[in-house]
Amino acid sequence: MTIPFPMSLLAELTHRCPLQCPYCSNPLALENVRNELPTDVWMRVLDEAADLGVLQAHFSGGEPMARKDLPELVRRAAKAGLYVNLITSGILLDEASFIPLVDAGVDHVQLSFQDVTPEGADLIGGMKNAQARKLEAARVIVAQGVPLTLNFVVHRLNVERIPQMFDLAEELGARRVEIAHTQYYGWGLKNRATLLPTRAQLEQSERDVAAARARFGAEMAIDFVTPDYYADEPKPCMGGWGRRFINISPSGRVLPCHAAETIPGVSFPTVLEDGLESIWTKSDLFNRFRGVDWMPEPCRACDRREEDWGGCRCQALALLGDAGATDPVCRRSPDRSRIDAAIAESADAPLTYRRMSNHKTQ
Amino acid sequence: MMSADLEARVPGFLRGVRLQRDRVRDQWIVQAPERAFIVDPVAASILQRVDGNATLAAIIDALASDYDAPRDLIARDVIDMVEDLAARQILVCKS
Repeated sequence: MTIPFPMSLLAELTHRCPLQCPYCSNPLALENVRNELPTDVWMRVLDEAADLGVLQAHFSGGEPMARKDLPELVRRAAKAGLYVNLITSGILLDEASFIPLVDAGVDHVQLSFQDVTPEGADLIGGMKNAQARKLEAARVIVAQGVPLTLNFVVHRLNVERIPQMFDLAEELGARRVEIAHTQYYGWGLKNRATLLPTRAQLEQSERDVAAARARFGAEMAIDFVTPDYYADEPKPCMGGWGRRFINISPSGRVLPCHAAETIPGVSFPTVLEDGLESIWTKSDLFNRFRGVDWMPEPCRACDRREEDWGGCRCQALALLGDAGATDPVCRRSPDRSRIDAAIAESADAPLTYRRMSNHKTQ
Repeated sequence: MMSADLEARVPGFLRGVRLQRDRVRDQWIVQAPERAFIVDPVAASILQRVDGNATLAAIIDALASDYDAPRDLIARDVIDMVEDLAARQILVCKS
């Protein structure tokens, strides 16, 4: 099998974050600041990523702006020819913190919003008055001329406000909007009963996004991520395992996706012990579900096997206890009933916020 | 618009978008927010001349001379491509 060149690096610099969103994509076991990679290791990794064919570096977290060395890392990534995307909550972003990042070569910012109303934003972020700081962050980014994407994660509690989300994006001068239905891993899975939208809500969200596409045309790029629970076929998670995407955790573990640390019985390669190229091409973890040879039936004989790559390994693990099973979202999976049962389970329960104290270590 | 007006426009990359040599894959790519795509050698030869100063007329003249090809053929290709990329938030045209 020819191993493709990776396209994207998601550099999760830290798990520290002022917000505690109950659908955070970080693992339940958050990493302590003491285990974060030092600056010089990140510098080497960024150079190695560019040599390996990575085109875009996404600095994320947690909140990447919690790292004091972020301008240095951005400068190094830009020097290596990487397109630098900052994925931020905006809580720590003001002129004083942002201008050094612009000078260092940030190409684009993806700013998260939890809702359009201050009350809704406080409820999800678990922080008072976050919205005003995000609005100010957006103004600073646009005033510096840096292209801005607004990212809205939607779920049962805010999905009906999609039209207002587009209004806000237009008002703030964003060039792109992402409306992303919550994905149910880790923290999101813990809160699934409260967050999963109804089918009627999903269908309304599709109509709202279609209306926005018609309204803005080429003026605004719109990305819409649907919740796969209501789909008949699974998503091609990460564009296929070990095909396009590298995730590096705050402590330096190299993963095919940000949820992969949940997979039992594998040793996780780390940049402290090995180079990125060797990890990408040779490690057990990256080769485990690469291509189609690992697939069970019904994937093995399926004509979609090189379109959806068997769906999401972490979803198969989280819901079936087996990372090597067909994604249960698929109508051809023998375990599709698990997804349908989850849809039927929806209930308004209190949210479990993303914080260290809300996860017992085993 | 008359073709002289069309060609008086000056194309430039939007902020956050650039043409880049991908040395690992040995090809030209356009990098943009949350996406990167391969550009074929013909498109790359046009985009290499987009600098925010050169008019479309100047770009077309240069290409017609480099490729020793009929000018109207080149002009049509260049204008079509620039308009397509303007609709996709890659280029912007100043008149």
